[in-house]
Amino acid sequence: MTIPRSTLQAEFERTVEEYEHLLEFDDVSLSFAGVTALDEVSFSVDDNELFAMIGPNGAGKTSAFNCLNGVYKPQEGDIRWKGESILGTRPDQIAELGIARTFQNIELFPHMTVLENITLGRHIRTDTPWWNGALWLGAARAEEMANRAFAEDLIDLLEIEQWRAYPVALLPYGIQKRVELGRALAMEPELLLLDEPVAGMNLEETEDMARFILDIREELGISMILVDHDMGLVMDIADRVMVLDFGRVIATGVPTEVQRHPDVIRAYLGAELESE
Amino acid sequence: MRGRPLLYTSYEDEQALLPTWTKRIAVAVLLGFLVILIPFQLVPGFRFLGEGDWMTLLGLVAIFAIGALGLHILTGLGGQVSLGQAFFMGVGAYTAAALGGPSGKALLGLGLPMWVWLPAAGLVAAFVGVLVAPTAVRVRGIYLAIVTLGLVFVGQWLWINWVSLTGGSQSGRRFPNFEFRLWGEEGDPIVDLTADSVWFGVDVSGEVKTYLFLIVLLIVFAVVAKNIQRTRSGRAFMAIRDRDVAAEVMGVAEARNKALAFAISSFYAGVCGALWGSFIGLLIPESFSLFLSIQFLAILLIGGVGTVTGTLLGATFVTLLPRLVRDFTELLGDTAQGDGLFAGIADIFVSTGLDDFGLISTLPGTSPGFTVFQFNLILYGVLLIVFLVFEPLGLYGIWIRIKNYWRSWPFSY
Ligand SMILES: Nc1ncnc2c1ncn2[C@@H]1O[C@H](COP(=O)(O)OP(=O)(O)O)[C@@H](O)[C@H]1O
Ligand SMILES: [Mg+2]
Repeated sequence: MTIPRSTLQAEFERTVEEYEHLLEFDDVSLSFAGVTALDEVSFSVDDNELFAMIGPNGAGKTSAFNCLNGVYKPQEGDIRWKGESILGTRPDQIAELGIARTFQNIELFPHMTVLENITLGRHIRTDTPWWNGALWLGAARAEEMANRAFAEDLIDLLEIEQWRAYPVALLPYGIQKRVELGRALAMEPELLLLDEPVAGMNLEETEDMARFILDIREELGISMILVDHDMGLVMDIADRVMVLDFGRVIATGVPTEVQRHPDVIRAYLGAELESE
Repeated sequence: MRGRPLLYTSYEDEQALLPTWTKRIAVAVLLGFLVILIPFQLVPGFRFLGEGDWMTLLGLVAIFAIGALGLHILTGLGGQVSLGQAFFMGVGAYTAAALGGPSGKALLGLGLPMWVWLPAAGLVAAFVGVLVAPTAVRVRGIYLAIVTLGLVFVGQWLWINWVSLTGGSQSGRRFPNFEFRLWGEEGDPIVDLTADSVWFGVDVSGEVKTYLFLIVLLIVFAVVAKNIQRTRSGRAFMAIRDRDVAAEVMGVAEARNKALAFAISSFYAGVCGALWGSFIGLLIPESFSLFLSIQFLAILLIGGVGTVTGTLLGATFVTLLPRLVRDFTELLGDTAQGDGLFAGIADIFVSTGLDDFGLISTLPGTSPGFTVFQFNLILYGVLLIVFLVFEPLGLYGIWIRIKNYWRSWPFSY
């Protein structure tokens, strides 16, 4: 199964791309009244890369996503998308750049159906004016049909056909996670942020999700940042891994390297001892 | 496709306004009732529905339904609870009066035809909505309710003091008639919706013509509301309502879309206000009070927030309620005058004389008890609480349950 990427976008990617890294965090620091969530965090993500960010709870992973999305404003440092700073840009404008996201605590629109949620992801890829929709004119009608076809492709890919007409609030947790992934993919993103996509899932659901992530990468060539709080999934599928602890980067590198890093082992053992 | 109601052969079919034949037939039957059987008194047993004052009542339902659909877009879809409906109705009504009122009289009036003043009422209200929007979209929840409450008071002050436009509290002013003209005020209009005439050999009273005109407008406004709901902007409104931060992260510009919902809703309110003014004929500035706004919120809550069908049900119910209470009170009053068991029971509810205690007074001022108006207010309050607590989906929720009950019959429990 293939998802139609707009040819225009593909063209765009080939011609104008002249940047060092797709995404760069440059010494980003963020604190909340005394709590330091991010402490001079730097990393970069390249085209087609599956970059992972791991660290114990409270390490600052979600905060990093929120800075990138423009929801939080870091006090120091810079975030660059294709070489240009995006600090101070509104979240919806950042989304339009091609950055999509799923959330740690599912943030679907609970009163909308699966189809409506996924179709909402098409918002940035459509532009028919509202009055055109209000009068159900040709352009709006064509847009709705195209949206529908696109959404159905994603529904197929994620194997959620039977749920399409349900309000998402009624669906099981694992299915909601998939719908959220579908909504993000409907944005045809260049970079996909996944915040703990397998948290709270059983082994089978985790394997399904890992398969979806690898499929997406292979078929759509989307760069990804994958956040997880334990090492399991990440070590198998990521190209590079960054480990955060108390807002600081303690190691960045390929999975096998990072796994053996003494600070990483300490952070994880420490976290385990604390939680017991 | 019989027996497999969920199987559609194309997305086009499924995305249609009325996706199933059951729905199409139901709507066709309903329309048949509304535009033919009721106004022309063809429903045996319910002939009275086609009588003058029932035509007036049902016309009022249509007008209030248009205003309520506007609030549905803002509050039902957009999640912005507004008390400003009365203000925007006032803007629309007085715009219509200024443009369509007779020229050369004491009160402001330009004598323009309806095809100018009716759309202008909506557009001016929408424009004022856009002016207010930057403030309104910055506040949420109860704070928005307070800001829009402020609008109602500002409006009241303005209408009461702008006597050359509104006629002031003492006399109020008349609003333009429902009539079609190309231009000018002299001579007979092309179509006069308020005068009796004969159409295709059938007698059509002014009340029936006005009613039919309003029903057609309502259908147009309802279809537009539904279209907005099922396309790009409607989804954006609902997304902001459900989770504003997530909506922004998905690329929905919050301020812009909230302002858009505000403007569309104000357009509906403006048209509603203009229609109301012309329909009633004469209004005083105090007509556009907070109570009017609350009535619209009541329509949404009682009908069921978030659906066009619920909004229409709510508008019907809330508009007819005072009339039903009045008729029922009269009936009780008459019964209580007689004798027998029923008279005794009826007498508990109504008070018919000075020393007679009862819930509702049939002789306001002389006998104790609430007036019918007060009783209506209380009834609204009680109904609102009952629906909020027991049936958050409103009348729409009850309707869905009845439908499901019959669908699973005879196995329903
Ligand atoms: N909105 C906020 N207000 C105050 N503190 C916050 C906020 N968001 C995150 N934090 C704090 O920042 C730190 C990092 O949190 P978070 O980024 O959610 O960690 P992670 O996703 O790695 O578990 C925590 O100490 C958390 O309490
Ligand atoms: Mg987190």
